[in-house]
Amino acid sequence: MRILVIEDDADVAAYIVKALREAGHVATHADNGKDGLFLATTETFDALVVDRMLPGPDGLTVIRTLRASDDMTPALILSALGEVDDRVKGLKAGGDDYLVKPFAAAELLARLEALTRRAGGSAQAETALRVGDLEMDLLSRSVTRGGTPIDLQPREFALLEFLIRNAGNVVTRTMLLENVWDYHFDPQTNVIDVHVSRLRQKIDRDFDTPLIHTVRGAGYVLRAPDPAS
Amino acid sequence: MSFAPPTRLLRSATFRLTLVYAALFCTSAAVLLGFVWWATAGVLSQQVDETILADIKGLAEQYERRGTPGVAAIISERVRRDPGGRTVYLLTDPLRRRLVGNLSSWPSVQPDTDGGMTFERVDRGSIDGRPHLARARPFVLQGGLNLLVGREVRELEQTRRMILNAVIWGILITAALALAGGVAMSRSTARRIEAINETSRDIMSGDLSRRIPVRGTADEFDQLAANLNGMLDRIQHLMEGLWHVSDNSAHDLRTPLTRLRNRLEGLRDDEPASGRRDALEAAVGEADGLLSVFGALLRIAQIEAGGRRENFADVALRDIAADVSELYEPVADEKGLTLTVDMARAGNVAGDRDLLFQALANLVDNAIKYTPAGGTVAISVDAASLTVADSGPGIPAADRDAVFDRFHRLEASRNQPGSGLGLSLVRAVAQLHDGAVQLEDNAPGLRATLSLGS
Repeated sequence: MRILVIEDDADVAAYIVKALREAGHVATHADNGKDGLFLATTETFDALVVDRMLPGPDGLTVIRTLRASDDMTPALILSALGEVDDRVKGLKAGGDDYLVKPFAAAELLARLEALTRRAGGSAQAETALRVGDLEMDLLSRSVTRGGTPIDLQPREFALLEFLIRNAGNVVTRTMLLENVWDYHFDPQTNVIDVHVSRLRQKIDRDFDTPLIHTVRGAGYVLRAPDPAS
Repeated sequence: MSFAPPTRLLRSATFRLTLVYAALFCTSAAVLLGFVWWATAGVLSQQVDETILADIKGLAEQYERRGTPGVAAIISERVRRDPGGRTVYLLTDPLRRRLVGNLSSWPSVQPDTDGGMTFERVDRGSIDGRPHLARARPFVLQGGLNLLVGREVRELEQTRRMILNAVIWGILITAALALAGGVAMSRSTARRIEAINETSRDIMSGDLSRRIPVRGTADEFDQLAANLNGMLDRIQHLMEGLWHVSDNSAHDLRTPLTRLRNRLEGLRDDEPASGRRDALEAAVGEADGLLSVFGALLRIAQIEAGGRRENFADVALRDIAADVSELYEPVADEKGLTLTVDMARAGNVAGDRDLLFQALANLVDNAIKYTPAGGTVAISVDAASLTVADSGPGIPAADRDAVFDRFHRLEASRNQPGSGLGLSLVRAVAQLHDGAVQLEDNAPGLRATLSLGS
């Protein structure tokens, strides 16, 4: 993916660019709002990473300007301000996701993947999802693995659906909280891990190849088993 | 403008003040009108008495000069010249038998202290259903003859009654006007004070941009409003400075901290699996912990600053409680605790959904953390409160205030993970919602109630 990073802090920018390049993306960097806006309007990117506080026009103004000219490139806002109303302001300005500094590179990558997937996703409604031998019927809300029905609680179903939709990509704990529980908050303890471990028990325990994997320091990934193994 | 209910009106200081003024005003009016009544009605009676006295004096002189026949002739002549009977004359012998006069018999009333007599002239019937009132004075002539001289006072009485009526109506009207004026005046004053109160309440609940309306009349109220507004400008200026500093320190301090963390992460990733890698992993974890404490502090500061109510919406407490209990149920289960939730009386409040969720989650998190295996954690929801009761060790009564302070940790909990900011945040959220957090003894355990304003 081609990703434009508009960030005035040289170290943070270098960290982001390095992480993006290591993940195989093409990253372009602008260190102020004016240059960033110029690059965003003259070149094509798959996603934007925009710091909220910038010299020149600030991050929100950059995104608002792009949206006003019908540029719908997915944009992730970075901010040192974590308050909910700042998040709402960011999303109102046209941002697609909001990430509070400090963040781990894995969190940023996972969110960018999810953003571009969402933007490129087909508009028509799917009725079934499938990863390996795991099948999810969205209409009857039933799950089978290798033909064996698996009984899931509603929240477990939602958790699994989010993992399947992001299959192959890392999802972080905060992404799960925001998307599966729909709350923006800071869990003090490992509440999410316990939920994932319960889901894992139902999905993976009776089968040879695990689908849900823990990614150390980042989160979880649901991945189809490698056909070679 | 709605009218103040009567009880509130009575409680109003301005209304009480105007009541006092109205009472004073009415008393003055009563004294004044009383004096007018006494002066007019009294003088009229006095004039009648003086006329009668002069008449008696004249007749007594005639008696001395011309004797009984002379007086009788004068009386007869006067009675003849007054067919309307406005005057009263009666001359009797010492046994009060009538000799001459227009009164058929001596009236059967005793004289007043001043020697006058007031009686009804039964012999003349009545006019308009009212008897003829007369006032007369008896006089004993030298020969023992009794003389009674008087005047009919019907008109005088009418005049007196008219004056009395005027005085009574005058007092009543004055009282009514004073009261009405007082109410109107106190309303107008109360309205202006209420405008100040209303603005103050808005400001206390976080809207620091509100200002007291100024009429432009430059009176005392306008001066007060202008001074208060000036004070508010100053406070807002200082608060904005504070927010600016806190926002900037978030930016300025968290950014280098992030940099530090990311460099450690980079070092970790470059290191082949080894003890050094684990040490760097631990260092990243420490940096994350530090950043999350810093983030929580800023969050509490921002919530406490208030005014961040843009996200307030109608929140169903039932949903919050159900979601928190659903989120924490597996953790409680894993620790061997029973987590129950009672939502029978759940209501809705105006609030911030994420913050209410965070506050309840913090309380449940604490309860789960401190309750030993086999215990229970019970969430219950009321119309405008969320309660978490556990069967853990509880908090000694003496420490229940201190636990809300930032970084405060009880001796008994020092070995537990946590930053000591959880309850500070719960209290900040409660205050943002015009509510409070109360810690009570659950005998055994702790009972934490997050009540949200009505």
